[in-house]
Amino acid sequence: MSETLSYFRQDRLPHIWCPGCGHGTITGALVRAIDRLGLDKNKIMLVSGIGCSSRAVGYLDFDTLHTAHGRALAFATGLKVARPDLKVIVMTGDGDCTAIGGNHFIHAARRNIDITTIVMNNNIYGMTSGQYSPMTPKGMLATTAPYGNSERDFDLAELAKAAGATYVARGTSFHVPMLIELLEQALQNKGFSVVEALSQCPTYMGRKNKIGSAVDMLEWIKGRTVNAKAAAALPPEKVQGKLLIGELHKSSQPEYCDEYLKATAKVRRAWKNIDGGLRGCEQNSD
Amino acid sequence: MSDKKFYRHLIRERYCKGCNICVAYCPKKVLELKDGKVFAARPDDCIGCLMCELRCPDFAIEVKPRDAAASDGADERVVDLQVPPEAHDA
Ligand SMILES: Cc1ncc(C[n+]2csc(CCOP(=O)(O)OP(=O)(O)O)c2C)c(N)n1
Ligand code: SF4
Ligand code: SF4
Repeated sequence: MSETLSYFRQDRLPHIWCPGCGHGTITGALVRAIDRLGLDKNKIMLVSGIGCSSRAVGYLDFDTLHTAHGRALAFATGLKVARPDLKVIVMTGDGDCTAIGGNHFIHAARRNIDITTIVMNNNIYGMTSGQYSPMTPKGMLATTAPYGNSERDFDLAELAKAAGATYVARGTSFHVPMLIELLEQALQNKGFSVVEALSQCPTYMGRKNKIGSAVDMLEWIKGRTVNAKAAAALPPEKVQGKLLIGELHKSSQPEYCDEYLKATAKVRRAWKNIDGGLRGCEQNSD
Repeated sequence: MSDKKFYRHLIRERYCKGCNICVAYCPKKVLELKDGKVFAARPDDCIGCLMCELRCPDFAIEVKPRDAAASDGADERVVDLQVPPEAHDA
């Protein structure tokens, strides 16, 4: 970590997350994945929305954008189209990504734009003190679900897959070595990659549902997940009702920026650099 | 036992929030909390699995290899807190 600590804005640490909050573990896993791949720090853009999870980018020493609630993917899409040479990573929460930002998520996946999205899913709105989110399991308590959440469980990975994402995985803040590997794979995929990282919010999810300490929450996460590879060999009753973790989907599809550049090749002005330069097109000459 | 490896624990006390995750998941029970901060009570038992380092949400603990002889007192009371822990690796 001493080496990876150089990816942090160390003057901003320690961070504001509560003791035992899983968001720090997931942020650490992302940095380790970036470090292992040896990616150039100056070629990475981190984009986030609003939420405890979205605070992550403020601690990381890359070019970062902390945008409006739910809009991280909208900003990231613009960025990637303008600068396809950059590696764009979105850090978002379950509320940010699946509630207010749900539509952006669907369309980013549909376009298969080369963005890696890491959804820090603590099954609740942490920052605004524990309202239920689309990812809150049925029956669990939240400040806005005092009698238990009556909405059905929702599988974000299935949504991502159906909408057209080309890499979909689920990890947790308990299975950290696996999470690092999944993030490495996601970062290497050219196309829209989603890693849903289950996280723990001891302060709201934990307290509201009397799950206990951060360690008890990690045990809770461990108990509700099963390795996707192992699941194939397990009897159905052991897999029933559990979330699969590991790589869930991978495919190869044309990437949005490539397709866009192809479609606009004839009418595009050739840019030598960001300050302009050579203009190579007959049309639109002003 | 001659090929036993030894480790030391670089602890950033300022970052540690005493959440107990590292203490609970250390398979060799090397770590303990004292006054709300972690410290390596039995560093010689460490097997270098990195479970504490990877799961710590606060980037507060790191495991580094060390020579068997160079055991540097486990108790943080002997550590000068004015010196940042990374300085020993410089
Ligand atoms: C447009 C808008 N609506 C509502 C809010 C209030 N708000 C701030 S954070 C948040 C939810 C964040 O939840 P999540 O994305 O799950 O992140 P967590 O805090 O759980 O990590 C909401 C509703 C806002 N900031 N902006
Ligand atoms: S409120 Fe929950 S999500 Fe937010 S920092 Fe605290 S534990 Fe983490
Ligand atoms: S996991 Fe990190 S923050 Fe929690 S007690 Fe251990 S060193 Fe401190």
